[in-house]
Amino acid sequence: MYETIAFYTFAISTTILFLITVMSKNVLYAMTALASGMVMISGFFFLLGADFLGVVQLIVYVGAVMALYGFAMMFFDATRDIKEKHQNPALVFLLGGLMALMFVVIFSAPIIGDNVQALYPIVEGVGNAQAVGMVLFTKYLVPFEVAALMLLVAMIAGIILAGKKMDYSLTTSEAADEEINVEEKLQADIEREKGEA
Amino acid sequence: MLEIGVNHYLILSGILFSIGFMGVLRRKNLLMLFFATEVMLNAVNIAFAAIGNYYGDLSGQMFAFFVIAVAASEVAVGLGLLIVLYKKYGSLDLDVISSMKG
Repeated sequence: MYETIAFYTFAISTTILFLITVMSKNVLYAMTALASGMVMISGFFFLLGADFLGVVQLIVYVGAVMALYGFAMMFFDATRDIKEKHQNPALVFLLGGLMALMFVVIFSAPIIGDNVQALYPIVEGVGNAQAVGMVLFTKYLVPFEVAALMLLVAMIAGIILAGKKMDYSLTTSEAADEEINVEEKLQADIEREKGEA
Repeated sequence: MLEIGVNHYLILSGILFSIGFMGVLRRKNLLMLFFATEVMLNAVNIAFAAIGNYYGDLSGQMFAFFVIAVAASEVAVGLGLLIVLYKKYGSLDLDVISSMKG
């Protein structure tokens, strides 16, 4: 009973929030809706007994990824509404609707894999985090290490791409930058003269 | 209707994936395009967790973890690229950025 109520609450709220994310013209609204939608999605993971996955979803997605987006938004002008030119909106809705229909047909068809057996069955008597750790550090150790390497590469790439010319301002005009440079030069000249004297 | 089974989760995941797909087709701003891909990745994660729960298998959760790791690194690299593009063109609109006449 409670599961039903929780499922429908989370389902309706995620659908609405993600629709806002996709439809909104304002970057800030879209990002806020996406972040709250991800919080709601972690609710599904808790319902499905994947506690650790839900916590990771909260920490990584809502914490790290959204903070990264918020940080990136400081580089762009987020207050202005985005103007997008849509050439054929009807076609997009048609394609999206067809895809939804296809998914429903696929998933409501009887599940063919009746003979699927659990490769790594859920261990009895331990919590979800412990069971995940047992599988992750034995059967999935190599993918885990590869994922760690991939995150390292992504970190270096992010630093190199975003960190270059960090002193060059994107938001203020170039004239203001020039003024700052001139002032700095003047300051340096004055200090040099003081040093000589 | 009242008993929540795996089909409920899969249908919900399909709906959310379609919403994200619609966003990818619809959006012209690169940052908004990234948001739509995040929606799609999250929808797939729900399906993984639901199927893993259905078969009593932990592999579904494992794949969801790796999807999250891939999404995190994608965001890190992608946002770096977005900043470089914004520095170069002063805009994130795909119509402005596109240089090939396709």
